[in-house]
Parts: sequence; C-alpha cells; structure tokens
Amino acid sequence: MSSMLQGRWWSWGFRSAVMLYFVVLIIFPIFGIYGQSLSSGWSAFADNITEPLAWKAVLLTIKLALITTIINALVGTMSAWVLIRYRFPGRRLLNSLVDLPFALPTAVVGLMILLLLGPHSLVGEWAEKLGFTILFHQPAIIIAMVFVTFPFVIRAVQPLLEEMETSDEEAAYTLGASRATTFWRVILPNMLPGILSGAMLAFSRALAEFGAVVLVAGNIPGKTLIASVYIFGEIESDNTLGATAVSVMLLTISFLILWTVNYVQMRRKNG
Amino acid sequence: MHIEVSGLYKKFGDFQAVTDVNFEIEKGQLIGLLGPSGGGKTSILRMLAGLESVDKGDIVFHGKRVNDLPPQERGIGFVFQNYALFKHMTVEGNIAFGLEVKKWSKAKIKDRVAELVELTGLSGFEKRYPHQLSGGQRQRVAFARALAPEPQLLLLDEPFAAIDAKIRHELRSWLRDMIDRLGITSIFVTHDQDEAIEVADQIMIINKGRLEQKGTPWEIYKNPQSPFVAEFIGESTIVEDASSLRGFGNASDWPGTKALIRPEYVEVGKPSDFKLLSATESGRVRHVHFRGSEWLVEVEVGSTRLVTYRSLEKEIVHPGDEVQVLIHRAYLFNNNDSWIMENKLKEDPMPVHI
Repeated sequence: MSSMLQGRWWSWGFRSAVMLYFVVLIIFPIFGIYGQSLSSGWSAFADNITEPLAWKAVLLTIKLALITTIINALVGTMSAWVLIRYRFPGRRLLNSLVDLPFALPTAVVGLMILLLLGPHSLVGEWAEKLGFTILFHQPAIIIAMVFVTFPFVIRAVQPLLEEMETSDEEAAYTLGASRATTFWRVILPNMLPGILSGAMLAFSRALAEFGAVVLVAGNIPGKTLIASVYIFGEIESDNTLGATAVSVMLLTISFLILWTVNYVQMRRKNG
Repeated sequence: MHIEVSGLYKKFGDFQAVTDVNFEIEKGQLIGLLGPSGGGKTSILRMLAGLESVDKGDIVFHGKRVNDLPPQERGIGFVFQNYALFKHMTVEGNIAFGLEVKKWSKAKIKDRVAELVELTGLSGFEKRYPHQLSGGQRQRVAFARALAPEPQLLLLDEPFAAIDAKIRHELRSWLRDMIDRLGITSIFVTHDQDEAIEVADQIMIINKGRLEQKGTPWEIYKNPQSPFVAEFIGESTIVEDASSLRGFGNASDWPGTKALIRPEYVEVGKPSDFKLLSATESGRVRHVHFRGSEWLVEVEVGSTRLVTYRSLEKEIVHPGDEVQVLIHRAYLFNNNDSWIMENKLKEDPMPVHI
C-alpha cells in the first residue's frame, strides 16, 4: 500500500517537474515577449511594426527563407532518395554527415562561409569577375540558411522511403505505368508528407537563423538586412520595443508553421 | 495465354537461382509453383513478369518471345505477396490505376471498377483506404487491381501467405472459382503443398532452381519421379534398408535402396482383419493421435517406426497393443533410380480356383 502511494507521489512529482520546466523554459519567455511588445500600448507596437526598416527586414527574411526551403526540399528529397535507394561505398559516412549542420556551432558555419566565399577567396574572385558579389549579399545569406537547414527534409523523407517497399513501384509497372508515371503517382505522394513537414521546419529555422547569417549578411534595409540581424541591431541601440515587435512577428509565423506541421503529421497517422 | 519457357537460367551474384527450367502451359490453366523457400519459384515468376531479367533461355507468350519486353508491355497481372497496394489511394483508386494509366475513358473505367468491386465482393468498401481493410479484403483488392486491365496471364506470388489459416481456406476456393469463371491463365507460387494440391490444375515442383516434376496433383502424388518430390508431397517415413520390410525382400537386389512409405500405404489390424497373414508382420502401437476425421497411428515394426491413418469406424487401437502391419506398397529409391514396388507377398502364392 505504502509503495503504491509512493509510486503515485513519485509520478505526480515527476509530471509536475516536467510541466514546471516547460513553463519556465518555454512558455514564460514567449509570453514575456508578447507582453513586452505590447507594454507601451497597441499604437507603439503598430508604429514599430510599420517602421519600414522592420517590415522590410521581415519580408526579406521570409523571401530568402522561402528560396532556402525550396532548394532544400528539392535537394533534400533527392539526397534522401540516394541515401535510401542506392548502395555505394561511403553511404553510411554520408548519411552520418547529414546531421553535421545541427551539431556545428552556427557561428563556425558563418565563419566558414566568410572565408570560403570572401572577396579574396577563389570563389569570391570568380564571382567578382562574373559581376556579382556573394558575401554580404543575398547569395551568402541563402547559402548560410541552406547549410543550417539542410538535414530537415532528408530526415523527414528517409523513414517514409524506408517504409515504402519496392513492390509498390513494381506493381505500378505491371499495371502498365511508365517510370515517370510511377514516380508522380506512386512514389511522390508517399514522400509528400515528409517533404512538406521537413520543408516547413526548415523554413521556420531559416527564418530565425542568426549565428551563421550575422557574419555574412549586410545591413542595407530591404536588400541584405534580415530580421534576426535587425533585432540584434535594435537591442544594441537600446530600442527593446522595436526588437520585440519584430520578434513577435517571427514568433507568430513560427507558431503557425509548427501547428501546421503537427496537423500534417496527425493527418498522416490517422489518414 | 499459351506460355512456353525453355532453357531458363538466372544467377544472383554467385547464387544460381534458376537452372535449365523448361515447361509449357496451356491456355486457361491454373498452375502452382511449389517448392521449399529459396528454391527459385519466385524468381521464375518474376522473370515471367519481366521484373527480373533473364540470363539465358526464352520466354514465349502466344508464340512471341517476350524476353526483352518490359513488364508494362507483357499483358500480365501480378499479385504481390505483401499486396503492394497504393496506400494513398482508395480501393477504387487502386483498381482504377491500371486503367487510368492505359488511358481508358472515364465512363469505361467507372464500369470496369464497379464490375470488379462486385466480382471481388468489395461492395461498400470502395472509398476505404488499404489500412482500413482486413488482410483478406486487401488480398481481394490486389486481385481486382491486377485483373482490371484485362491481363492475359495472372501471376500470384504466395497470395495467401500473409492471411490467417481460417480465411486462407475460404480465399483459396474463392480464387479457384474466380479463375475458373474468368478462364484466365494463372500461375501462383506457394510453399504449402495443401494449397497447391487443392487449387492447382497442374503443379510444378521447383527445388534448388530446377523443375523436378510437372503434372496434375494426383499424378505427382501417385507417381513421384524423384525422391525429393516423393518426400516433399504428402506425409512419409523413410526406411533406410528397404529389404528389411516384409514383402519387399527383393529390394536387396539393389544394394543401398531406401524406401519411402506413406501413411496410406500402411494398414494395421488384428490378424483376422487380413486375408493373407503371411504378407503382414507384427508390430506394437506406440502413439495414437485423434486427427478430427481419423486416427493417426504410430506403429513400431522391429526398429522402424511407421505412421498410418485409421478410420474412426474401425475398432480403436491403444498404445501398447500388439497389431499386424501390412505395407501395401513402397516408393523405393537409390542413388540412380526410383520406382514403386508393390508388396510381393500380397498376391496369393497358392490361389484356389473353384
């Protein structure tokens, strides 16, 4: 009897501790930001949001994150396909390398790009000759974002591909479907939930990336100044309200995406 | 479709999967490819479908060599062991797939799908997804999907392997009826001899990539042409020295000859049950198992243990009982040859003519 009581107390305490941890670590700061952004009233919030510098930064971030997402959805899907369907020496090594962008400090990623693509590097000089600069311009930002969000789509598509047996394709062939038809009508629909949820997570992450981007982004409003760098700048110049306003916009977008991802995955499980 | 296969070979890496397989199948027949797992049955089926390339030999459909035709152009239907249904499509969508790919008109597709749904007893399930169906229903969807484009040849890879025993039985006779009704040439792979015997017009026994024997179930049972076939089909006991059995003393003319004895070759009873007691020898009942419709009796004669069936109508025997055992016939084989021998003592040595 006493052991059962202990068990119950233990489980209650355990659950409460986890709950408290969540509240302190995640929910408090998030509500804090929403609260902060509105601390000087709605009009101040509206002013901060309609400030051209702010919304241009957010728009630019969304645009670049979208491009990043499209690139990673395509390349990620292809990479997942190659890693699952082909057997070649080095496949396992390659597969383990996929997670590297998660493990690397993002500042190191930024530095890598800075050194690799800078004006005095081979690639930089070559691009200069062709008439454009990579560093401190949009290409560098996209490269940083692509690098950091690379694993999402691959890791979301891989289990779906593993689950799918080759007999599905063979069945399509015996029913008269060409390779192309089989891809569009049988293989792709199977991968799609993974591509979508992976892409949305990648988008969400690209939107918020700071470490890798801050070293290679510029500060021309509407051209190379992205949201996270703008937030940093606002804090530096002591405008907390401006920083929180942009933060709230990013947060809201991220929430919407997270919710959609959950919805897509739930539908996949039930549907 | 009339099918002719000659000199078929297939190798996977170092593994010789199929070796010199030759056969011919008449239109409208239902053929069972039977043999132990890993014996090459599925490889043969997949080569017929065009899902596996042929190393050597010819596959001829309707007088036309199809070796180089892709699966799309062979006019076949294939039912996979795991059914391979398209998970993101409904029952209807699955069945219609082959027709859409072949660019049938919408109206024709609708009619054909309705016809197959009716035929396979899937009415009311058209809008369901595969994961909402039972194993037997999935199997029927796979069957309907394969049949929809009106193939000339239906290939089934272990069609009942993933279904529990009770429904398997039902599905078997259902499939048999269906194929009879459609008159479509069909080949199915199985490792279950009951399934092959019950369903197939003709059985091909495949072992180690070779075709051991082809014939009706009865022919194969009655007249196995190799020790492997004899042992694989039906129940049997192997006796190392055939000449030790009463009535088979002649077997000593061929040294090293073994005997394979089926339960139905053996009869047990009291001395008064037999007309010619001299053909029997005495044994002792070891075990008796009730088999639902008959007794399975294990009897020991000298040092050999034989198995036989006993009708429920006859007097019950018990373990330990002393009985007379008559071996009607045996399948004898040695390294070179195999043949069936009748009990030589069964014929009355001194017939009395009245």
